[in-house]
Amino acid sequence: MKFMRSSDAIILAILVVAMVFIGLVNPAFWQMSNLFSLLKENVVIGIMALGVLLVMISGGIDVSFTAFAVAGMYLTVRVMVALDYNGLVLPFMSAILIGGLLGLMNAGIIHRFKMIPLIVTLGTASVVRGLVLGLVGTSNVNINKMPDALVAFGKADLVTLERANGSTYGLTAMIAIYLGLALALHLVLKYTMIGRSVYAYGADPEAAKRVGFSTGRTMMFVYVTAGALAGFSGLLHSSMIWLANPRDFVGLELDVIAAVVLGGASIFGGRGTVLGTVLGVFILVMIQNSLILMGIDTTWQRIVVGAMLIAAVTVTALRDRRALV
Amino acid sequence: MNDTNSTVTRRGLRNLTRGEAAQTNLMLAVVCVVVLVAMAMLRPSMFLSSYNFESMAFFMPELGILSIAMMIAMLTGGIDLSIVGVANLAGITAGTLFATMAGDGGTGALGLGPVTLGVVAALLVGMAAGLLNGFLISVLKITPILATLGTGQVFIGLCLVLTGGPAIVGFPSGWNAIGNGKLLGIPVPLIIFALICIALSVLLARTSFGLRLKLIGTNPKAAVYAGIKRGEMIFYSYMLTGGLAAMAGILLSARTNAAKSDYGASYLLQAVLIAVLGGTNPAGGRGNVLGVALALISLTLLSSGFQMMRVSNHLIDFIWGGVLIAVIALNSWRSWKRT
Repeated sequence: MKFMRSSDAIILAILVVAMVFIGLVNPAFWQMSNLFSLLKENVVIGIMALGVLLVMISGGIDVSFTAFAVAGMYLTVRVMVALDYNGLVLPFMSAILIGGLLGLMNAGIIHRFKMIPLIVTLGTASVVRGLVLGLVGTSNVNINKMPDALVAFGKADLVTLERANGSTYGLTAMIAIYLGLALALHLVLKYTMIGRSVYAYGADPEAAKRVGFSTGRTMMFVYVTAGALAGFSGLLHSSMIWLANPRDFVGLELDVIAAVVLGGASIFGGRGTVLGTVLGVFILVMIQNSLILMGIDTTWQRIVVGAMLIAAVTVTALRDRRALV
Repeated sequence: MNDTNSTVTRRGLRNLTRGEAAQTNLMLAVVCVVVLVAMAMLRPSMFLSSYNFESMAFFMPELGILSIAMMIAMLTGGIDLSIVGVANLAGITAGTLFATMAGDGGTGALGLGPVTLGVVAALLVGMAAGLLNGFLISVLKITPILATLGTGQVFIGLCLVLTGGPAIVGFPSGWNAIGNGKLLGIPVPLIIFALICIALSVLLARTSFGLRLKLIGTNPKAAVYAGIKRGEMIFYSYMLTGGLAAMAGILLSARTNAAKSDYGASYLLQAVLIAVLGGTNPAGGRGNVLGVALALISLTLLSSGFQMMRVSNHLIDFIWGGVLIAVIALNSWRSWKRT
């Protein structure tokens, strides 16, 4: 019954309450097609959130991951179009590699120069976005040019259902990839030495060093993994929307960070769980997408996200303060 | 005559080069001159034209004021990511106010009274925003990064709700004079910027308020033991930041004759960069107005020079980011050398 007292249980309770409430305001929320599309919305933000969670547990903050996602996605797709290549494995490996290498750059600068991660990642984000847009191009790769293999991959469904009028809708298979990655990260964080070192470093870098963790290797693991997840999520996103837009993801940083904080991770490091983050992402996506269902004008969306972030950080700040006493 | 002059200069130089902040400032002044000379040699006819300097004098102050606002937040070891949201909200509030006051008559006819009211309203919005940030940071003990990230979203959201999305256009002519007018041949925004620089230099360097702000950033615990009311100071510092951001918003909307929720989005990174480049320590305790002003001038010269060489805006973003990282590396190298 340890679970019942954890923050994850509280987040789950909030999620259930919110779902019941939205369902009461508009029963259309419970339609299978709406739930499926909500789950689909979770995939890309969720994979990015896993990376952000890792950085936050280590006591840092990352605002460069959306730029890395764009780099991984756009460079890969442009090369595929140029070479007329139509595969799946190599492109995803390339996106992961691009993201990972850019993450390595973050890790190097943050560790070597002992500089605040926020400012470093603001800088690297601007560098990467500037280079991609300035040197590679600003035009979309549209559906007619998108490699078929990517489009077909993004279309794959786990379950397909039929509406009353005969049209079909399905649950995207990408949700399985997302949950698989989440499970893998959960296991790594919980049961491996490198995973425990992230918590140790986030809680107290000096103590982690004295116990014998190599801080350089921990930082590298954190930022390379976050970058790789970002690169992967970028290409996955483009395969799901059949479009590669180099201006994508602008301003998405905040939503993802908000989701991770909503999931109970502490910006001071040392706290945060994969389950909490997955739930946090679901809450955020659900509330954003349900504003229309609840009859609220979409211009209010940013206020709602901002207010949710403030509420979540207030609660975690109060929790962490109590934990200090 | 010549002799006395040179000794004065020498003594002046010695004073200038003393201390770390002074060294940074000297380096920045050198960078300014180098960029100026390099650009003047590469594109003499365009770069050295009075038009170029005049246009810089009109758009530089907005960014300069935002950078100083960022520096104030950094002095206590914080950061304010909501400044651009505050700036736009201030401009939009004033714009909405003018539209309401003018009714069907059109905002162009509004006189000095309504314009003054608009300025006051905009500054009040900025200070109220700062008050909210200060409350979250000092009372609820939320980290400045997350608190201002959240409030920044709320402010941009309020801008969207107030405008419904598109830009508000058509401000009174008195308002536009703030952003486009000239007084004795000097652009009004530049005069405002200079006044703010002087006032804040005095505030930070010559008053106990400035000293206390820096002490909080240098050593929060020692500051509390020295009897400084930390919470109260943080309230003041974020209100000052918010007020300055609103001033930048007034200049921005006055210069462009429009206000929109996403104007000046790239200013956030640039303000952080200029503050850090100007010798502000993001961990708190160190920062001076002169350094920020010099960093602003050198970067404005640099980016205007690149624009004339037809470098794409995206690559200029790349350069801004690259400079930020280079400065971080340089600062780290310098502090490593000291120890």
